[in-house]
Amino acid sequence: MHIMEGFLPVTHAIGWSVASAPFVAYGMYTINKRIQEKPEQRMLLGVAAAFTFVLSALKMPSVTGSSSHPTGTGLGAILFGPAAMAPIGLVVLLFQAMLLAHGGLTTLGANVFSMAVVGPFAAAAIYRFAKAAKMPFGFSIFLAASLADLLTYITTSAQLALAFPDPAGGVAASFAKFTAVFAVTQIPLAISEGLLTVLVMNALARFNPLELKEMKVVAAQEMQA
Amino acid sequence: MKRYQNLLMIFGVALLVALPLWLRQKPAPAPAGKEVALFRGTDDQATDVISRIAPGYRPWFKPLIEAPSGETGSLLFALQAALGTGFIGYYLGVSTTRARIRRETDREARC
Repeated sequence: MHIMEGFLPVTHAIGWSVASAPFVAYGMYTINKRIQEKPEQRMLLGVAAAFTFVLSALKMPSVTGSSSHPTGTGLGAILFGPAAMAPIGLVVLLFQAMLLAHGGLTTLGANVFSMAVVGPFAAAAIYRFAKAAKMPFGFSIFLAASLADLLTYITTSAQLALAFPDPAGGVAASFAKFTAVFAVTQIPLAISEGLLTVLVMNALARFNPLELKEMKVVAAQEMQA
Repeated sequence: MKRYQNLLMIFGVALLVALPLWLRQKPAPAPAGKEVALFRGTDDQATDVISRIAPGYRPWFKPLIEAPSGETGSLLFALQAALGTGFIGYYLGVSTTRARIRRETDREARC
């Protein structure tokens, strides 16, 4: 989902940066507030960041014969709320843009928007919905993380389609071309991301039940089971 | 049950990564004798699609630092993954020990 350096027209690059900025700013505010109120959650925040760091570095082969990578933003979005992931995603993407020539500074705003805004907000919303629908804990996490992963890539496709409309078919035709590259390849990876997120969440639920209860990730009575 | 589920999930991820490698055979080289690359990154493929849709488009900014070779690039990616897993492993290690101590003190308190 990394749009390569220089591959967005200037107006789009600026536009997506402006769109992402308030999320990053609000995310910084929520993280600061959280750490002041509950300094003991600092380590867990580090885990959420580390998970994104790892998963976005794993380039996995897919059945389509292409490789892509998961995003890892679902875990943190469920733990700390979607806004907190915007600055975390920014740091990860900045690292990759500066040192790995993966993504870029001019496309940073657009990449932050797909990976660190749309993905986390989708994850948090889907998790909330699944919990309200009384789905099992593990399955809710799986749905949230894997669909967030997929939606991130669909967002990237939409961003590219808006920037490069097809001369014949316009934005819609172009969107179809970009989703053909991104979305199908991403399906097995999204499943992997879902499973890995459930694994980490299971470990946290087992060894850190108090924190998870406090963060309202799981209801108190669920932990008894 | 939980442990069995976790193992099954790890196995599932391994399978999802390994199966494509096994299922996709390397395509025959193109007539021009050019090797067709398999498992290319989607990020690069998107760049190809852009150049097909808008052949005139030229990227207006270059990456500041580009890894001098694929090896250096994979070093940095490995470093990124290692730092992340290292931290998660450390935290889980702390957590398991803390959970055990908590259980033991609970038991002592009840005695």
